[in-house]
Amino acid sequence: MISFSVNKRRVNVDVDPSTPLLWVLRENLELTGTKYGCGMAQCGACTVHIDGQAVRSCVAPVTRAAGKEVTTIEGLSPDLSHPLQRAWLEIDVPQCGYCQSGQIMSAAVLLKEIPNPTDEDIDQALTGNICRCGTYPRIRRAVHRAAEMMAQGGGR
Amino acid sequence: MNALRESRKPSVAGEIPRRDFLKLSVAASGGLLIGFYLPGMQPEAQAATFAPNAFVRIGTDDSVTVIVNHSEMGQGVFTALPMILADELDANWTKVRFQPAPVDPVYNHPVFHMQMTGGSTSTWSSFDQFRQAGAAARAMLITAAAQRWNVDAAGCRTENGTVIHSASNRRLSYGQLAESAARLTPPQQVTLKDPKDFKLIGKPLKRLDTPEKTNGKGIFGIDVKVPGMLTAVVARSPVFGGKLKSVNADKAKAVKGVRKVVEVPSGVAVIADGFWAAKRGRDALQIEWDEGPMADFNSKSQREQYAELAKQPGLSARKEGDASGAIGSAAKKIEAVYEVPYLSHAMMEPLNCAVDLRADRCEIWTGTQFQTVDRMSAAGIAGLKPEQVQIHTTLLGGGFGRRANPASDFVSEAMHVAKAAGAPVKVIWTREDDMHGGYYRPMYYHSLIAGVDADGNPLVWSHHVVGQSIVAGTAFESVIVKNGIDGTSVEGLDDIPYAIPNLSVEYHPAKVGVPVLWWRSVGHSHTAFVKESFIDELAALGGKDPFELRRKLLAKSPRDLGVLELAAEKAGWGKPLPAGRARGIAVHASFESYTAQVAEVLVDSGGKIRVHRVVCAVDCGRYVNPGIIEAQVQGAVIFGLTAAFYDELTFEKGRIQQSNFHDYPMLRINETPEIEVYIVKNDEKSGGIGEPGVPCAAPAVANAIFAATGKRIRKLPMRMNEAV
Repeated sequence: MISFSVNKRRVNVDVDPSTPLLWVLRENLELTGTKYGCGMAQCGACTVHIDGQAVRSCVAPVTRAAGKEVTTIEGLSPDLSHPLQRAWLEIDVPQCGYCQSGQIMSAAVLLKEIPNPTDEDIDQALTGNICRCGTYPRIRRAVHRAAEMMAQGGGR
Repeated sequence: MNALRESRKPSVAGEIPRRDFLKLSVAASGGLLIGFYLPGMQPEAQAATFAPNAFVRIGTDDSVTVIVNHSEMGQGVFTALPMILADELDANWTKVRFQPAPVDPVYNHPVFHMQMTGGSTSTWSSFDQFRQAGAAARAMLITAAAQRWNVDAAGCRTENGTVIHSASNRRLSYGQLAESAARLTPPQQVTLKDPKDFKLIGKPLKRLDTPEKTNGKGIFGIDVKVPGMLTAVVARSPVFGGKLKSVNADKAKAVKGVRKVVEVPSGVAVIADGFWAAKRGRDALQIEWDEGPMADFNSKSQREQYAELAKQPGLSARKEGDASGAIGSAAKKIEAVYEVPYLSHAMMEPLNCAVDLRADRCEIWTGTQFQTVDRMSAAGIAGLKPEQVQIHTTLLGGGFGRRANPASDFVSEAMHVAKAAGAPVKVIWTREDDMHGGYYRPMYYHSLIAGVDADGNPLVWSHHVVGQSIVAGTAFESVIVKNGIDGTSVEGLDDIPYAIPNLSVEYHPAKVGVPVLWWRSVGHSHTAFVKESFIDELAALGGKDPFELRRKLLAKSPRDLGVLELAAEKAGWGKPLPAGRARGIAVHASFESYTAQVAEVLVDSGGKIRVHRVVCAVDCGRYVNPGIIEAQVQGAVIFGLTAAFYDELTFEKGRIQQSNFHDYPMLRINETPEIEVYIVKNDEKSGGIGEPGVPCAAPAVANAIFAATGKRIRKLPMRMNEAV
């Protein structure tokens, strides 16, 4: 039995310890907002936070989460109120939408570390997240917009 | 693979009225509403909800649900089509929702006469139909209100989800009228708005599907879960055309969570409680394959064969004047070979399909672009009638053509797995499975010779194209292939708009056992690269400015010319740039839309290329949502740049050498240029927008690299450091 917290909820799972955290989240805990894209930490679609750090959950064995706090897109806010989500809505970022959870989760760590990022900071933080639809120009705008919202006191 | 072979038989063909596939006839505005109603969903069947036709439901809570018959794969149909209907309905946009359509002939594509999404056609082909659906509902709501007030309907108008009696200013919301409108007979004919009265169409409204794509709640095929569902991962032949010789599944069955290991036509399926057990089980299989006739297939000899083919006479796809005669009288000549590789669609969501197969019915959940074909394939495998099979179309994590397969590969395979599973089952493809699964953009080889006259003007252009037909052996062959020529292989060349007096394009269909398919922008993905690079070569040969030469040769093609001039103007064509930077230009029409792009690149002293800026001009005629158009074109440029710089699938010993994003890379955010999109506003007939932004990206950049370095890029992908 492996215990950890997901989106502030305590969970215990009985799975093979080699199982990537991604599949435990998606299949055992039914949190399907975190996506499978490559299985080798190349695309970032599976990005979640473990103790506030961005982690590619497709290559992180579930044991890496043991005793820690995991946050997924579902836990970022209950109501689309996180500045990144509000900016994503305002700029209308997603196309197919499949990679967007990962993009947002990577961007959330960036904004915690650098509240007012430059284009270069954004590029560096999100270079591990592929978007095949090519929403990058709007992602860039939306991360800047979220930073503005946070600066104006809409942060969390 | 057996499944591939089987699927190449035109089993699907007999059931689809082939002659109807490409009949380009769009219903005239205000026409009769025929084939508009869903059997069993007549308005009286659901009194509480007003369901005037197959495309809209109005609830007593004022909600307006638009039922969308095209798949949402990022291109915005869940927003654009509701906008069209809501505009004619005079709906309150904040109350408008969307719902994917079930599979039913009423939801067939109005032009292709099957339920499908592709060819950049969704918005324009459904435009009149969705207007009529909205207008019919509006007329019934007005009648219901007039009856309630006992007034003449002519004295009533609609506004923002409300019917208003103008004389008395009485108002009833659509929700308040839903029940009484539901008891009325739908009108046989409706009057449509004057386009100048459109309130929603033409505005950059926010997408309706953004919330569920921002909070993780949107359901893609891979997210589907039904009670008792198992997960399967399939081992397929590493060589196309290979067959299973033997399998030892002992170690696979020993993996905890593995329930069954079964043979299916495409290989061996490991069925387990979840993905990880199924994949570990699949990895533990010991399989011997009979690799078949493709066992020694390799890209090097394929290229040599194509080069030989290009020297033979081909099938004439375009002929103006006398190209072979004129070449002798050219003042200067140039010869070139252009090449593009096999490409994977590489949607972010790998292929998957969930099936719940029962004795008398079957439910399928998947992100497909080809509902009618997939349903027929599934019904055939299950031994059911098509009506007993329902497909729930989920969100698609990208499509780009891969989920529109005449062979229904991922659905058919899941059906075979479901038959053996004895429980609901979802087949998940790993990224590697997806990349090795075939149905690629074909590899093409172009051989060209051209010449200019003494004034430097193009005199002759002779062009040979070698490559596989996408539709050969499918149900589409009989409608798309004309005189032996698959139009999707030469589109963009058989209609070169340049005024060149002697012009010849010949096509050489190559027969190769690699499954191929349409890939975002289809033939234009390679023909535009070649055409727009080679016209640039002719400009250089004749000592002309590449923009001015195109202008001159497009004098009689006003829409090509319009986007060309717009892109050049916005990009500042001809204005000085910092050292090392240069511009390249390209113009191309596809899917009944016109695009031009100017790329600005920097090549540093080490030969590293950086694309700084791409300026796009698009003319897609009358449009619905310019915000979505901007996003589609930006994304298409990035899609085109990815192919230009990075991607190729190559074969060695019958096996594809690439497998995942480490060796089949995608353009990333740090490599993405500024992309500006300018939309021409006019009242021309609408064209497509999902694909037309792709074709110009590669040639605009390649031409800019030539301008910067004098080095001509004739082979994709361009190897950045080898380029200069």
